[in-house]
Amino acid sequence: MGQERILASVLILGATSGIARAIAVEFARQKYDLVLAGRDGRELDATAADLAIRFAIHTRVCIFDVLDCETHAAVLSSRLSESVDDLAGAVLAIGYLGDEHLAENDFAEARRILDTNLTGCVSVLNLLARHFESRGKGFICALSSVAGDRGRQSNYHYGAAKAGLSVYLQGLRNQLYHRGVQVTTVKPGFVDTGMTFGRPGLFLVASPEYVARRVLKAIRGRRDVVYVPWFWRCIMWAIRNIPEWLFKRLRL
Amino acid sequence: MPTLAYAREHLAGWGRFPVEPCHLYRPEKSTDFLAILQSTQEPSYIPRGLGRSYGDAALNLDAGAVCSVRLNRFLSFDHATGILECESGASLAEILDTFLPRGFFLPVTPGTKFVTLGGAIAADVHGKNHHRDGTIANFIRDFRLLTPAGEVVTCSPAEDRDIFWATVGGMGLTGVILSARIELRRVESAYLFVDYERTRNLQETLERMAASDENYQYSVAWIDCLARGDSLGRSVLMRANHAAAADLPAQVREPLSVPKRRRLKMPFDLPAVALNSHSVGAFNHFYYALHRTAAHQLVDTDTFFYPLDSIQSWNRLYGKRGFVQYQVVFPAETTEEGLAVVLKRLVQSRRASFLAVLKRFGEANRGLLSFPIKGHTLSLDLPMARDLPAFLQRLDDVVATCRGRVYLAKDAVSKPETFAATYPNLEPFRAIKQRLDPQGLFSSSLARRLRIC
Repeated sequence: MGQERILASVLILGATSGIARAIAVEFARQKYDLVLAGRDGRELDATAADLAIRFAIHTRVCIFDVLDCETHAAVLSSRLSESVDDLAGAVLAIGYLGDEHLAENDFAEARRILDTNLTGCVSVLNLLARHFESRGKGFICALSSVAGDRGRQSNYHYGAAKAGLSVYLQGLRNQLYHRGVQVTTVKPGFVDTGMTFGRPGLFLVASPEYVARRVLKAIRGRRDVVYVPWFWRCIMWAIRNIPEWLFKRLRL
Repeated sequence: MPTLAYAREHLAGWGRFPVEPCHLYRPEKSTDFLAILQSTQEPSYIPRGLGRSYGDAALNLDAGAVCSVRLNRFLSFDHATGILECESGASLAEILDTFLPRGFFLPVTPGTKFVTLGGAIAADVHGKNHHRDGTIANFIRDFRLLTPAGEVVTCSPAEDRDIFWATVGGMGLTGVILSARIELRRVESAYLFVDYERTRNLQETLERMAASDENYQYSVAWIDCLARGDSLGRSVLMRANHAAAADLPAQVREPLSVPKRRRLKMPFDLPAVALNSHSVGAFNHFYYALHRTAAHQLVDTDTFFYPLDSIQSWNRLYGKRGFVQYQVVFPAETTEEGLAVVLKRLVQSRRASFLAVLKRFGEANRGLLSFPIKGHTLSLDLPMARDLPAFLQRLDDVVATCRGRVYLAKDAVSKPETFAATYPNLEPFRAIKQRLDPQGLFSSSLARRLRIC
């Protein structure tokens, strides 16, 4: 009854966020086993139990802190060795919007934004890249953001980190292409999660479920850079092409 | 401490009356509930699920409403006992989607599956099987409650039973239900065999129910409340039992699969004139004529239990002004007299209601504010009008005289005096509430309107 089990698993980093949970649901629906990695063990356990019950898959939980770079190699190696030849790919859904105003005045917040969204991600992505490269197959999918397409006064610390991440992924894609590993960058616009809830000035907000479906479609379709929803590609093209002398005067 | 994010939104119940601005919080982690309570950003909070209560039970004017829908995870399931543990934001619809294909149905379900388990417990929902099985409380093994003091208490009929029976039917006023364990019912198919029976008037309806309800798991009557004179209270009785797999006709290939019906959507509000006594009267007449007496009809669970769920946003049929759903129960000894008065007044006032349901209730439980008592319950929808609250309050007086009461999950207009007179366990409830919540951290527009706290 139902679909045949695909005997492969996917690692999801940052699994407690709204988008990551929705992505986990989509993979579970396709009968992938899941390794859920994040900081909050209790939350991860609850999500893991839920997916196992709903979709009759196997789930494992892994405590992972993107900011604690020293531990990344150890955490990943134990997880990756458990699922030798099993890991179809990894999804990185780690993000910290932070407080732009605070970041401008308190470097600790600025550092946190940069480390969570960029530095820590580079640390874990390097490790994942080497793993998949050595196997000659697999996918890496990371969630960046449209905010990285152009720096604007309301969130440029976050934007800078995401811009850095996007370029890193671009380079990684280039490097791993000939090694048989696919690297997909997903750039969502506004998504209806705890990160944006209650904030003013939002528009065209997508549901986490919609984003998750698009992510799976992008991975399946071996896409390079995907904007979600699609119209953000047009919007950001326009925004990127506003000349700097004009853009600097705007209050976006 | 950083301000926790909330959205200032105009919230309403399913009847879309009243509409009130509230500060809506939407936690995504189980620890967020405690953080919200401890933030003291709001004078009070009310937990909110899918907002299917009709009036102001899940509203909190200019104060906090904490929406649980993102905390909807299944935590454990024991196939041998059918006991499912899940977070309180899980909806009955989700539970059915996962477990009906595995041979489990809900032991008690209200008329919509789009309610959260937490909401179902807080309203102590009943279904078409109350005469046999009681309310959902009978199938809740225990639940974890986050009290106003910030403690997590596991309540059951055995452990902390006073808090259990205050919370069951307690409309969210004792704290936030974080998770619960519910015992699902084993079924062999997603179908029921239904007997339809047309009755000529109220007396015949009540007689038929009393005579043979015990043969059925589920029993309900759709009542034409615009019929007058000798036909006052004429009904279509619908009574059913689960279909065993062996009894299904050959063409049903997958016994546990509910045929997918296309969900229609009501995309806009009907104008106020659309539903009036003529249009509704015509509908009623047509519906009554259409349903002949017929036995042993095979009906799937979605069609039998959730006919309205197939029209998304069906409440828009009532237009922007909204409607009030009025549901009352009369104890057995005053049922016929009380129902007759209510129906006569409805007919006289030409108020249109085409979703009127009559059901026989079994015994009451120990829920302090739980609605069902042994007798009969009538529920109907009435389009909102300026004179409607006064009309319903006069009906409330009739109900009170008959020693009945109004259902809080539906109520939008009752007066505190009538409420206090008809819920004899209000004082014990207030005592437990005072003990759990001396600061009044949990409140709602309904609680203040009825002066519960």
